[in-house]
Amino acid sequence: MVTFTVLILCIAILAGIVGAILGLGGGIIVTPALTLLFGLDIKYAIGSSIISVIATSSGAAIAYLRDHLTNIRVAMFLELGTTLGAITGAFVGGLLSAKALYIIFGLLLLYSSLHMLKKVNTELPQDVKPHPMAEKLRLNGSYYDKALDKDVPYQVSNVFSGLSVMYGAGVMSGLLGIGSGSFKVMAMDMFMKMPLKVSSATSNFMMGVTAAASAGLFFVRGDIDPKIAAPVAIGVLIGATLGARLMQRLKSKTIRRLFIPILLYISIQMIWQGWGYNG
Amino acid sequence: MRSIDDVELLVSKVMRASVLVSSAGIALGLLLFIATGQSGYPGDMYPTTLSAVVRGVLQFKPYGVMAAGLLLLILTPVIRVGVSIFVFIKERDRLYVLITTAVFVILIVSFILGEVS
Repeated sequence: MVTFTVLILCIAILAGIVGAILGLGGGIIVTPALTLLFGLDIKYAIGSSIISVIATSSGAAIAYLRDHLTNIRVAMFLELGTTLGAITGAFVGGLLSAKALYIIFGLLLLYSSLHMLKKVNTELPQDVKPHPMAEKLRLNGSYYDKALDKDVPYQVSNVFSGLSVMYGAGVMSGLLGIGSGSFKVMAMDMFMKMPLKVSSATSNFMMGVTAAASAGLFFVRGDIDPKIAAPVAIGVLIGATLGARLMQRLKSKTIRRLFIPILLYISIQMIWQGWGYNG
Repeated sequence: MRSIDDVELLVSKVMRASVLVSSAGIALGLLLFIATGQSGYPGDMYPTTLSAVVRGVLQFKPYGVMAAGLLLLILTPVIRVGVSIFVFIKERDRLYVLITTAVFVILIVSFILGEVS
């Protein structure tokens, strides 16, 4: 029992660090680790991975908010899209083809990882054309970059494309329960042209809200087994706290290099899943 | 700029308190469970309703304390949205009071929809 707990704790700490730095849920580490290493039922693995998403989000958000890396207005604005999308997904789920959604969004992610590859040597977004709505919604902001040791003001572009992608991502998560962080970072980094660190911090902040909605249901259904979820929660909280400190000292270029292979992996997995999906 | 800083700081503080309390509960329950080898429930059972969790905490059962901590962790993001509405009201930022309230309402509706389906 002690070995089992300590092992899960270590994996969870790693998942928390990676999740906090990249603005992803950590499900990509927790779910396969629990099912492949421990042979746990996928039901409990998903239950625990939802806990890991909330723990990453909350653990990292504390530091990111305090250091003003999170753009709270962008987060709230985009959450309109994700939450509405999630409800649409729940309502019209039967009308949409899951196969098509997997493939469309998989391709979109693939495109976005290739797009990131082009930007691999740019530290901060260049020549951003600010959107008039960004001014009205007061989305533009600035943050202090600890790696560059300077204030970085930034403007937000393509507000509505970002919102649309978030709506689509919300439909997907309502329908298939996937895509916690990768689409959020994609919407902010690629479409809205925000700095990568702000995108990651803001994605972290938003993730918890989307996950909380489904986590309540999982809890009541009994998918959240305390002996697995407890060490996951503690480990991820520790990891996310460390990760949130570490991320601010990393250069955006370094974070992007970590990002590209993971995004490629997620996108190929999604297309693969869509390809084999019958229904 | 000043006003949004206040929002961020307050939300960050509320979240820290909530995370600290929940992780203390989870850790305490986990330690009790490991130390005694008892979950406080028969077999592989654990509490899955709010009332069962509250009873578990009052009876100081390891799984009850763990589940209470996990439940508070799940609620942290929802509390966060709630606190943001309050702060935007205080800042008289009407647009964001509206946006945040809309998100909060949609969130509650999705909770209810989830329960129904």
